[in-house]
Amino acid sequence: MRFEFSTLWLRRLPFCLGALAMLSFFPGCTKRQTLVEAGDHDQILHIGNGTEPQELDPDIVTGVQEYHIIMSLLEGLVTEDPVDLHPVPGVAERWDISPDRKVYTFHLRANAKWSNGDPVTAQDFWESYKRILTPSLGSEYSYMHFVVKNAEAYNTGKITDFSQVGYKVIDDHTLQITLNNSTPYFLSLLTHQSWYPVNIRTVAKYGDPYLRGNKWTRPGHYVGNGAFVLAKWRVNDVIEVRKSPTNWDRDRVRLNAIRFYPIDNEDTEERAFRAGQLHITETLPLSKIDYYKANYPGLLKIGPYLGTYFYRVNVTKPPLNDKRVRKALAMAIDRGSIVTNVMKGGQLPAYNLVPPGTAGYTSRTHLEENIAEAKRLLAEAGYPGGKGLPTIELLYNTSEAHRTIAEAIQQMWRTRLGVNAQLVNQEWKVYLDSQRTLNYQVCRGSWIGDYVDPNSFLDMWLTGGGNNETGWSNPEYDRLIAQAAATADPAGRLEVFQKAEAILMDEMPEIPIYFYTRVYLKRPEVKGWYPTLLDNHPYKYVYLESEKK
Amino acid sequence: MLRFIFKRVLEAIPVLLIVATLTFLLLKIMPGGPFDTEKVTTPEIKKQIESYYGLDKPVWKQYVDYMDRLIFHGDLGPSYKYFGWSVNELLAGSLPISLELGCYGLAFALVFGLIAGIIASLRKNTAGDYVPMSIATLGICIPSFVTGPLLILLFALKLRWFNTSGWYFPRDRVLPAITLGLYYMAYISRLTRGGMLEILNQDFIRTARAKGASEWRVIWKHSLRGGLLSVVSFLGPAISGIITGSLVVETIFQIPGAARFFVMAAFNLDGPMLMGTTLVFAVLIIVMNLLVDIAQVWLNPRLRFEE
Repeated sequence: MRFEFSTLWLRRLPFCLGALAMLSFFPGCTKRQTLVEAGDHDQILHIGNGTEPQELDPDIVTGVQEYHIIMSLLEGLVTEDPVDLHPVPGVAERWDISPDRKVYTFHLRANAKWSNGDPVTAQDFWESYKRILTPSLGSEYSYMHFVVKNAEAYNTGKITDFSQVGYKVIDDHTLQITLNNSTPYFLSLLTHQSWYPVNIRTVAKYGDPYLRGNKWTRPGHYVGNGAFVLAKWRVNDVIEVRKSPTNWDRDRVRLNAIRFYPIDNEDTEERAFRAGQLHITETLPLSKIDYYKANYPGLLKIGPYLGTYFYRVNVTKPPLNDKRVRKALAMAIDRGSIVTNVMKGGQLPAYNLVPPGTAGYTSRTHLEENIAEAKRLLAEAGYPGGKGLPTIELLYNTSEAHRTIAEAIQQMWRTRLGVNAQLVNQEWKVYLDSQRTLNYQVCRGSWIGDYVDPNSFLDMWLTGGGNNETGWSNPEYDRLIAQAAATADPAGRLEVFQKAEAILMDEMPEIPIYFYTRVYLKRPEVKGWYPTLLDNHPYKYVYLESEKK
Repeated sequence: MLRFIFKRVLEAIPVLLIVATLTFLLLKIMPGGPFDTEKVTTPEIKKQIESYYGLDKPVWKQYVDYMDRLIFHGDLGPSYKYFGWSVNELLAGSLPISLELGCYGLAFALVFGLIAGIIASLRKNTAGDYVPMSIATLGICIPSFVTGPLLILLFALKLRWFNTSGWYFPRDRVLPAITLGLYYMAYISRLTRGGMLEILNQDFIRTARAKGASEWRVIWKHSLRGGLLSVVSFLGPAISGIITGSLVVETIFQIPGAARFFVMAAFNLDGPMLMGTTLVFAVLIIVMNLLVDIAQVWLNPRLRFEE
């Protein structure tokens, strides 16, 4: 009997412990307020922000996630309109442009302040621009300044006297910038993080301002001039910014704080959204798009995004050094099917490289999907019905979406042209290395515009350009891109880009596949957050307002 | 015993040196560079960055510099991925969290694994045996990237008892600990059952029962120590697995632990971070194995520290 009794007790032990554990969680569990509910009440926005930022120094980082945080902490001469991102006055309250449109004079507002209370002066901008162009800093976005006179020469070490570069401090509140050419997109460029000011005195306090590894970006150290100040940075956990008491436009700011969560797993992010832990997600898993379309169309947001998904073709090796083969491959892809059956996120099939409507530019070149013509080109190149054509290697970086697209295209090439392709996937850094060293035949690529202008998509294909990575070179194309830069008349300039893109699409060192969209989840109470081409959302216009119940 | 510990610590030094050297060399063999990005920078800029991190020096010099900093200053170097942070700082912030998570996972596995195993051994070939052992088999088979989301679905999204992710409140520890510990709990329960069955069949147990010792005393005093030997020897690999294997759990539950750095560093070619995490984990595993060995001798008088 004793035996029975004691095992009975033992048998119940796990249940007792379990019940005890659960009981201890029950109070406060049942009617808990979610983070989002609390945030709605206190004007605290919870955002899923992809990956952990590498740094919060605007002169060093290049990623979009970093930019989305930095744009709350710093403000450039001009800033972005929340609806369509056109440049609006930032630290500069107004500016004059010389008749030849090469000299810009910015008048800084007197009440612009750093978060430590110091005024933001023209000298601050001059120092910041000197910093980003100083070679020892190794800033990867320094090229954004290359439209300025002598900026490239200083950055590459050809000149060492910074006073020769086209920035000039007229007085505390006046800054003059001299450009190489009239650059129609110059004001849009200025909204980029590489043009933000940094408080050089603060930077110098925590290390050499012209070297990496500076600790000035820590909470408590960070001095910014944006609408928010850095309050918390816990790696792989959360970054919190709070409303700045010193920003000149603080009366407009309605959010009290923003919390950025670096959630790199998209399923985890979607679950956090469902549980009321996030107002806005960075992305949405492909597999969940149909579910949200059917059940919560109000939460699913599909916005435009200035980016193109394409395949690079290594033009230096046969058989792909023959443009007829490249074109045949491009013509045999059914982009509509990829967009509707694989991506499902409202992406547009791409029949050219520059996304339509980029700063008023829509390409007249339209790649034809024509299997008969593709077969003819292939036969003309000496491979009738794909005979004699060696298997083509199609390289992509490891990812579910890239693999699915590659498989679809592999299938299309085989059934439509009789061309065999072999899929090869590599880890990110290895893939980048293969791409850079032209150690591939066809390789997945993508480009997100740095600024809203066709130039951002077209100047990468210049001979020897760092992002060309196809071995392709065309003197006429190079000439046209240079001509566009020197053309002052906006319409005439776009016309030059039309000619350039026609050459690119005829030579086909890249095969465009689709234009990106941004697919994410957003709660309805987030107001002042508009779909924008670069997916930037100036936070000072954003606020939380629940519908009246 | 002190001599035994001293000897083991001495042995650990060459092991760690070999681990460090091998990791360093493997990193150098890997294709691609840590500063390759999708938007390619000019060669001049890349050279500046590489020279800042000393990557323009010959490999042997990089190795000597690294070992010098490591051994004489305890400095694991700057992260190549997180520009503003040193590996020391990042690990100081994340390692305690991984260890905390590991402790909860292990505690969960031990408490429930032992209880289930003991019950099963006492109720051999009855429902009380089959049910927990079937669950254990399932627990061993189902990987944590399946159990994690399932637990979240049920307890966080349906019942709303817990948050789906994060590491803020005490209750945020529950689901990750269960997810992490489930496999080990299952394994421990099977080992406990096996060990206990073997002991319970021994003559001295029959003698104890015949003497009229209470069942509680039979289990606690006479059987458990011997029955747990296999569990204890499993603890060594289990602890290593829990420490290095919490990546999945940390990712699913968005926990700012060190295991994520460990794996991501390999993808990012973040050399110092990979070296740092590898070495720290190696030290942890060596220490844990030592503790397990000590526990084994303590439990089994047939073993001695002289080996």
